[in-house]
Amino acid sequence: MLDILQARIQQKHRTMLWPDGPAPALPDRFAGRPRMDCAACDACGKCVAACPVDAITCRNGSGDDGAPPSSGTRTIELALDLGKCIFCRACERACERKAVTFGADFHLAASTREALIVRDAAEKFPPALVEKAREYFGRSLKLRQVSAGGCNACEADTNVLGTVAWDLGRFGIQFVASPRHADGLLITGAVSANMRLALEKTYAAVAAPKIVIACGACAIAGGPYAGHPEIHNGAASVVPVDLYIPGCPPHPLTILDGLLRFIGRI
Amino acid sequence: MTASSSELLAMSNGQAVDLSAIPQVPLAKFTRLIVQAAASGHRVSAMFADDAIDAGATDLYAILADDGENRLHVARTTIDGDRFESLTPQCPQVHLFEREIAEQFGLLPENHPWLKPVRYRASWREGRDAWERPAGQPIEPGTGDFYRVAGEQVHEVSVGPVHAGVIEPGHFRFQCHGEEVFHLEIALGYQHRGVEEAMIGGPGPRSVHYAETLAGDTTIGHATAYAQVIEALNHCTPPARAQAIRGIALELERLANHIGDLGALAMDVGFLPTSAYCGRIRGDFLNLTAQFCGNRFGRGLALPGGVGFDAEPARIADMLARLDVHERDVGNAVNLLWEAPSVMARFEDIGPLPTEICRQLGIVGPAARASGINRDVRQDQPSGIFRFVQIPVSTWESCDVFARAYVRWLEIQQSIEFVREQLQSLPDGEVRVAPGELAPDRLAVAMVEGWRGEICHVGITDHLGGFSRYKIVDSSFHNWSGLAHALRNQQISDFPICNKSFNLSYCGHDL
Repeated sequence: MLDILQARIQQKHRTMLWPDGPAPALPDRFAGRPRMDCAACDACGKCVAACPVDAITCRNGSGDDGAPPSSGTRTIELALDLGKCIFCRACERACERKAVTFGADFHLAASTREALIVRDAAEKFPPALVEKAREYFGRSLKLRQVSAGGCNACEADTNVLGTVAWDLGRFGIQFVASPRHADGLLITGAVSANMRLALEKTYAAVAAPKIVIACGACAIAGGPYAGHPEIHNGAASVVPVDLYIPGCPPHPLTILDGLLRFIGRI
Repeated sequence: MTASSSELLAMSNGQAVDLSAIPQVPLAKFTRLIVQAAASGHRVSAMFADDAIDAGATDLYAILADDGENRLHVARTTIDGDRFESLTPQCPQVHLFEREIAEQFGLLPENHPWLKPVRYRASWREGRDAWERPAGQPIEPGTGDFYRVAGEQVHEVSVGPVHAGVIEPGHFRFQCHGEEVFHLEIALGYQHRGVEEAMIGGPGPRSVHYAETLAGDTTIGHATAYAQVIEALNHCTPPARAQAIRGIALELERLANHIGDLGALAMDVGFLPTSAYCGRIRGDFLNLTAQFCGNRFGRGLALPGGVGFDAEPARIADMLARLDVHERDVGNAVNLLWEAPSVMARFEDIGPLPTEICRQLGIVGPAARASGINRDVRQDQPSGIFRFVQIPVSTWESCDVFARAYVRWLEIQQSIEFVREQLQSLPDGEVRVAPGELAPDRLAVAMVEGWRGEICHVGITDHLGGFSRYKIVDSSFHNWSGLAHALRNQQISDFPICNKSFNLSYCGHDL
């Protein structure tokens, strides 16, 4: 008993103050929200070619999306789809002009697919999230997690939110053991053909009003498996999605930030 | 093993051999070689099929590990028809490999005792199906025969594919008599996303990302195995500094997962102090990996030709300082377990996996070492940094949940020591050399001791130097049968701690 008390003293109180205090320090090499600098881009197309998941497009004048355009005119439009991006930074390494760089901002989540497209350095954050969510779930949000054809990294960093450092319960958010107890689903994975039926049944078992959160690149657009015949390219191909949390996997801070914005806590 | 060199080709981990140098033996000989090897204590690290040169024919390959001699042996036979005599009755550890061969290539292993699909997908070969299912008809996962016990008071408990926590999907059926489990059958395949299929024709821009996401919690283990396959096929040697960094990252991955598992085991027996502390300390070790590469799981770190990130002196000093703090925290948290009678009463004698069963099933990693088997790729088939620096192998004899927990604790201490030593003595120089084109018509084998155990990747190139076949064997592929066996005659309420004591990967199995 005494050794347990002694351990308690050594291990200290660890729950972070964020969002009311400072956010935990992220590593200096963390790949957060990318910045697109169209003024620096010469439309060489190297970033487009380097991207393994076709997340980046570069349009020059009337050129087609994705095709490396010819340089010359200065109406270059760079766009990076955070939903497809696996944050491998291949585009950043490919670009000698630093038109694509990854910053340290962990705020990535958005409530529409369109808001996940990052276009220019000057743009604002995605718009505020659904007002109804605050009204219905602002003080209590119970989620059922469905893992459906990914690599288990998103699950791992979702689980982290339950540890003492993050203490998800203090926001009234909890993962529950039955869809009947849940207000919605948090889906990870690209939705494999083999999980489609189980996901549909789980969604049907949640009482309305219900929400769906797609967590991670796989759940948003298929991730590294996009286009495989064995998967469905994400949760939205099976159920309507209300919140997208990009990343491969998203950092726990990105997931928590997304959840808290969604329920209007920040 | 008494086989002559005309029957098997000897090679070592991280080596590539000419396809034409692999002897082609008749099926009867192939069977005898594998059965004899298994009987003399060797393991079947991989067994898989590939299209043979003759249309319609199938090559079967087996990678046999001779741990005593630190050698691997490759066996090959060609099957002309659509069936072959199953090896499983004589060599149980190939049972799942044969089911996989049946599923992927439509090749029937006759007299296999339990021939079911592995991942519930269509055959790779149009018109050839081992179960003669009609083409084009959807294949539902978790369907078909399940082992059933009949009789009064016998009942079946069915769980999954969606589980009650934040866990991967799988379907479990328990045949119970009261609270006692007579038999557990596990049906997987729900995480199947077609990675082996997509590797064919590579390497391409996604290949390394497939390797990194085979099992997200084993990013370094699988990415290192993939890198070693590429390096063997293009004769490139990563710089010494890169080898050391990969080793550090592999042990950090082991540390994070082992610590997380001990916390999860504590949680499942209701011992909250260790559960709470280890849950947090696991993150501390993930964050150490992120100091290297920005990502907690080590994405982008292990690459063909070396590593993607270097560490400057200030970064190393910072990591060493953090390591000291985390070491004190983890010792303080974990040692509470062994002092708490309530924990020990729940760990000891629960979920036994006898040593002999372990050998027969070909169990790997901490699960094997907890059944007294001295088996560790870092020692037995060393590659990379482990050829120069040995980590003592930790074993325990009691074969139960306690042993699987305690072996993890022993390994945690060894890994911390290794990481510290390597950080303090990183060789100078570059961290990456540019990998070139792959040699054509070769077979390369790479093995890594991931935190769950042996990971085996086999790459075969065609005449143009692209992958014509890429076989991936995650440790979980070997070990799921071990979990099922450990549940025999246990209380069904002990399933959670038995499960956590193995903590196997669904996605690594399902690919």
